[in-house]
Amino acid sequence: MANITENTGHETTTGLDHRKLLIWAFLGSECMFFGSLIATYLVYYGQGTPGTPTPLQVLDIPTTSTSTFVLLMSSFMMVMSYNAISKGNVKNFRIWIMCTAILGATFLGFQFYEFREFAVHYGLTPRTNLFGTTFFTTTGFHGAHVTVGVIWLVSLFLYSYRGDLTKDHGLMVDIAALYWHFVDVVWIVIFTLVYLIPVGVSGGT
Amino acid sequence: MASISNVLRRPTSTTGVWGWITTIDHKKIGIMYGVSSFTFFLIGGLEAFLIRLQLARPEHAVVSPEVYSQLFTMHALTMIFLGVMPLSAAFFNLVIPLMIGARDVAFPRLNALSLWIFILGALMFQSGWFLGGSPNSGWFAYAPLTSSTFSPGNGMDFYTLGLGVLGVSSVAAALNFIVTIINMRAPGMTLMRMPVFVWMTLVTSILLVTAFPVITVGLIELFLDRRFGFNFFNPDAGADVVLWQHLFWVFGHPEVYILILPAMGIVTEILPTFSKKPLFGYPVIVFSGIAIGFMGWAVWSHHMFTVGLGPIANSVFALTTMTIAVPTGVKIFNWIGTMWGGNIELKTPMLFSIGFIFLFIIGGLSGVMHSIAPSDAQQQDTYFIVAHIHYVLFGGSIFAIMGGIYYWFPKASGRMLSESIGKVSFWLMFIGMNVTFFPMHFLGMDGMPRRQYTYDSSYGWDFWNLVATIGVFLLAAGVIAFVHNFFRSLRKGEIAGNDPWDARTLEWSIPSPPPEYNFAEIPIVNSRDAFWEQKQRGEAGEQGTGAGYGEEEHHDIHMPSPSYWPLVMAIGLTAAAYGMLYSYPLAALGAFVTMVGIYAWSMEPVTASEDH
Repeated sequence: MANITENTGHETTTGLDHRKLLIWAFLGSECMFFGSLIATYLVYYGQGTPGTPTPLQVLDIPTTSTSTFVLLMSSFMMVMSYNAISKGNVKNFRIWIMCTAILGATFLGFQFYEFREFAVHYGLTPRTNLFGTTFFTTTGFHGAHVTVGVIWLVSLFLYSYRGDLTKDHGLMVDIAALYWHFVDVVWIVIFTLVYLIPVGVSGGT
Repeated sequence: MASISNVLRRPTSTTGVWGWITTIDHKKIGIMYGVSSFTFFLIGGLEAFLIRLQLARPEHAVVSPEVYSQLFTMHALTMIFLGVMPLSAAFFNLVIPLMIGARDVAFPRLNALSLWIFILGALMFQSGWFLGGSPNSGWFAYAPLTSSTFSPGNGMDFYTLGLGVLGVSSVAAALNFIVTIINMRAPGMTLMRMPVFVWMTLVTSILLVTAFPVITVGLIELFLDRRFGFNFFNPDAGADVVLWQHLFWVFGHPEVYILILPAMGIVTEILPTFSKKPLFGYPVIVFSGIAIGFMGWAVWSHHMFTVGLGPIANSVFALTTMTIAVPTGVKIFNWIGTMWGGNIELKTPMLFSIGFIFLFIIGGLSGVMHSIAPSDAQQQDTYFIVAHIHYVLFGGSIFAIMGGIYYWFPKASGRMLSESIGKVSFWLMFIGMNVTFFPMHFLGMDGMPRRQYTYDSSYGWDFWNLVATIGVFLLAAGVIAFVHNFFRSLRKGEIAGNDPWDARTLEWSIPSPPPEYNFAEIPIVNSRDAFWEQKQRGEAGEQGTGAGYGEEEHHDIHMPSPSYWPLVMAIGLTAAAYGMLYSYPLAALGAFVTMVGIYAWSMEPVTASEDH
């Protein structure tokens, strides 16, 4: 976060900050990570042990649509907090970034509820069948990324109280924002492929 | 605030043991990468030596079958992940900032983190030998052989966790070099003026960043299966074990180019220098390198021709595999064209580079043979494949790396390696390499399967197996001659001066070894072989004095101070990996130490003097 770039002896070749290039390259790497997880899910879709829970039986579209809405709104809050810090308005920055973190945590709460519901209500765990294995791993790693994001956002919030976070540090927020938006976009893909299309194809639950 | 500042004060020592442990100087990191990975290369060589002893005679029993399985698995993994890849990383670290006219990499502390994760992760990976067994299912670890049912014990967990930790190191280093190369070039060094080694590093880094996440997912899935009873590769739950093969080879084939592209880059730097000619066809060699990087993603199923993917898949991957031979062949013509009509000096780096071209052509040709699916069906899992992989990996990557060591040793140490011992070691390695691996073509054609523990005399494999084992002794003698040369020359080698080879690239314009800040004055680049042209125009003054970069002491250049936190984070991460095997509290502690490292890293000042 702070002063990751240590070698600022001369201007950069592209004019972009090193950290900005780093986060973009890192997100490229993350695309391959989630791509492989989602590919595993799709390869195993519909294959499993007879008599164990299937996606159509357990997926709860209204609830997950709500949590998806919450996560998408958090991206909006993130934009607002970046907007505030780039205008030098630290007070508004704190409000917006805290809202972002709270919405992110709310999403995690929904996910916790969903996982618990699947386990308790339907007896679906990662060991039950291929659906359980791939579903919990794919969405679980997404949840882990949201958790890292929430910790990052709260850290920025606390950092602002050191008084070091000014307009010139907009880049620190910008980088966290890029990560946050990326995690959101991944969720849109997961929500579509894992939740919406299977249920849609079968004509609803 | 004062207390926080004290805790977070950066170390200042740049000499002694602490100077090395806390350093973030790319040159020192490169040297540590080189020394540690060469040590692992020797361990991998020892493993190979035991394999060859076991196979020297029919029905030999030098080691037990179980240990033999661990030996061939660990030999491959050690050579690939702890030998060739970090040896390439050593050159990236040592040379790339110097070649592009930068004072360091973009993220010096991240660079130190990559190094320490590599060293500790590699030690953890090898510790399986002492902790109840190493991985034993071959380096590509096909499911379901790797499940806890068929591979009980911790061996395969060292595989998943060890490779996972090493992957973090590789990706962090690759991200660092992508940013460094794109963003830290000296004024005037456009992309098409970059030395080819810099280009190949960029392509390799992009491959690393995109290919490693795929194997990471595979490793995570295997780990979850083994430790927590998930079903990813469990046929009883309806899982398809071929999924592992796809995940592995989608990573595994780009990995092949991760191993060879830096070697090609090294050779492309050495050949023009010792032919006294500019590189023949620079744009073509750059674009063929990029093309190899791209097409490396479209050939993975040629490792799976016998799996039964069907005629269409096999035909498509046969065609893409034949196509990728085209840019590779183009490069070979470029290298030969560079030497053609040149004033060739047969110094040791040049010998290794010519040896590389010779051996790589043989390995490349057997590679094209494998692209023909019906022919490959005969060769799959025989010693013919073993011969092929060693011609491209040993004859290719290792020969280029040896050439690179002879070429850049003077820059790193200030002293020359002995030419006479160098030539002896080259010829021993070159002859030993061919005596060892060429007979494996015959053995493979004769049907000897790879990974075979022993064989009966009636198969008629005795003679060539014995020849191959004799070759290993020559090979080992060549490597020992090099190690002797290394230590001897560190003390008694001839003083190198700035530019002992009359070379072309910027690293030769500064003193050997370079000062901490590399360039006292950032160079301005006006053409492709900038330093060579400068010397031709006579601006560089006498041989080797450069254009005045780094001539006098410059006290006004502030380099960032060393840091403890990369090492702390690497220790935390390795402890977490051990914890996943032995005790979850240790894993939690490791994760906590890593977190502390991240926060301290973010908060520490740029230089030690800021606090004073």
